[in-house]
Amino acid sequence: MQRLIHEIFQPAFSNVFLNSMQDSAILPALNGRVAFTTDAYVVQPLFFPGGDIGSLAIFGTVNDLAMQGAKPLYLSASFILEEGLPMETLKRIVTSMASAATSCGIQIVCGDTKVVDHGKGDQIFIATTGIGLVPNHVDWGPHRIQPGDCLLVSGDLGAHGIAVLSMREGLNFSGNLRSDAAPLHQVVSALIEEGVTCHCLRDLTRGGLATVLNELAMTSQTGMQVEETRIPISESVRGACEMLGLDPLYVANEGRFVLILPQNQVQTALNILKQHQVSHQAAVIGQVLPLSESRTPFIHLSTPFQTVRILDVLSGEQLPRIC
Amino acid sequence: MKYVDEFRNPQAVMHLAERIREKTRQPWTIMEICGGQTHAIVRYGLDRLLPSDITLIHGPGCPVCVTPIELIDTACRLARLSHVTLCSFGDMLRVPGTNEDLLTVKAHGGDVRIIYSPLDAIPLAQAYPEREIVLFAVGFETTAPAQAMALLQARRLGLTNLSMIVAHVLVPPAMAAILSSPYHQIQGFLAAGHVCTIMGYEEYEPLCRTYRVPIVVTGFEPLDILEGVYLAVSQLEDGRWTVENQYTRSVKRHGNPEARNIINEVFEPTDRTWRGLGIIEASGLRLREAFRSYDTLEKFRDDIAPLSTISPLPVECQSGQVLQGLLKPIDCPAFASRCTPDRPLGAPMVSSEGACAAYFRYRHQHQPISPKSR
Repeated sequence: MQRLIHEIFQPAFSNVFLNSMQDSAILPALNGRVAFTTDAYVVQPLFFPGGDIGSLAIFGTVNDLAMQGAKPLYLSASFILEEGLPMETLKRIVTSMASAATSCGIQIVCGDTKVVDHGKGDQIFIATTGIGLVPNHVDWGPHRIQPGDCLLVSGDLGAHGIAVLSMREGLNFSGNLRSDAAPLHQVVSALIEEGVTCHCLRDLTRGGLATVLNELAMTSQTGMQVEETRIPISESVRGACEMLGLDPLYVANEGRFVLILPQNQVQTALNILKQHQVSHQAAVIGQVLPLSESRTPFIHLSTPFQTVRILDVLSGEQLPRIC
Repeated sequence: MKYVDEFRNPQAVMHLAERIREKTRQPWTIMEICGGQTHAIVRYGLDRLLPSDITLIHGPGCPVCVTPIELIDTACRLARLSHVTLCSFGDMLRVPGTNEDLLTVKAHGGDVRIIYSPLDAIPLAQAYPEREIVLFAVGFETTAPAQAMALLQARRLGLTNLSMIVAHVLVPPAMAAILSSPYHQIQGFLAAGHVCTIMGYEEYEPLCRTYRVPIVVTGFEPLDILEGVYLAVSQLEDGRWTVENQYTRSVKRHGNPEARNIINEVFEPTDRTWRGLGIIEASGLRLREAFRSYDTLEKFRDDIAPLSTISPLPVECQSGQVLQGLLKPIDCPAFASRCTPDRPLGAPMVSSEGACAAYFRYRHQHQPISPKSR
């Protein structure tokens, strides 16, 4: 274990807090409100087009901080390793984490490693916890969502879930299927710096756009209307989903978010989003509506045929169909 | 996306809806056979584009929904055996058996694998010679050639650790059974384009003549379905009944002879129990004598109790009525109250081709449930 720490983790993540090798890292005082989040990462395959479990463990937690408007500062990282995991694999993952952390300007200041018997894990599980600083004037969340607000997505949907699925199942789709995994804190920071008034941001991870919108509608006690034809989805993802009988609106993303903001902020926000690579395909997809007399939150999806249907929360994971 | 976008063109769809309105002079009831068509209709709201005189009712074309509960129970019991790997299409995993579904068995450590093609079972059987690989072969004629091909390959490779639970069903006998019912209200059919891609449509011609119903072989995209409806309504308004082929880009009169030969080499027709409908004569497939050594039910006879011929459904579940088009899902008293995708009473509420699931997912306004609160 000591060898693992000294030969792999410490050299890769090296910083003044980690290098003190104490039971806990002592961080300098933070001036302002602190955002604090934690997440666990389990994915197979460990390496996929556009990313790996290591970069995912950094970007995922950075993005959870960013969605609150926080500037990410420090992360902890815990590893659960299954006996028999090749050292080379671990090194690749740790190197990818270190590089992802550097690109996000954050430090991994503490960590832990446990090894479990062969068969008791799935090669490697990573849990990261993050701390970030929220600017004083930023207060985003479902409580701010109001009827009349506009819904934006930051880019094309479903690429991460489909890239991972097709690699895991050996489905050799042609086309450029790459995970969208990416850090979102820079574009969020640009929105704050340019003074855009946002009401709520949420990253579109597990369960995809449909699940996230339902959660937000329920928490904010609103309805939402989305136009199907405005939702950006790449040809490769559409094709793969058609083949497998999956709906891209429920497929996971790791570098996409929904942005809910007042109508008069939309153009400025779009201009900023389009300047960043991670969000250059941003689009307005719908708006927030008041509840009807039934007082039931809802997501309505307008089809291309002037009909409207419900966009529901799925029960469990999507399963590929028979034919 | 080529071959998809053209058939979802909003202007063309609206134009066709208008032509159906112009053509319709009196009320007509048309059944779409396939659950894939049902989902497209409800998902895109195509029924709402039709004149109120046209009623679409949803047929039994969801293979998962009609698989008898005893076979699901058998699959669950086999999947619990420590030396068995059970391979199934994803749709089947949430369909309730008497006490549990395959997903529950998987969660308790059963080796249940989702396959994308029956041929995926071959490398598994090769890689794990010490394990028994069981293929849960569910589907209509559409998937039967791939299942048959898996067994032909297994035989060629000399694999003895692979077997098949054959739950395959055939569409024309089910249509005949529905039309024989004194309660049916069907005046025309949209036949399933995928099934006819394999089988062609000759075998629908006697049905058409006997029961004097128009049958239109129809695809699955919005434009396909509306064109199918247009052709069926045109025949009805003109007092004609014939088999017409809307899905010409995929279906020929004789189907795919090579695929039919493969099915015929491996399988033969047999009487089959349909969940919710009962036994229908010659409506299923079983392995021919030469392939009986691949029959899971024979191979594991000592591990599984004899199959009952009765399909016990929860008394409240009216999926039999839904599958025959006698009841709309939303008119079932249990719909969305005591029967939901989380706690289904019957298979049509969980299958991706089930009519109840389509209405729950796309039509029914219910309180959104956060997955985190489950």
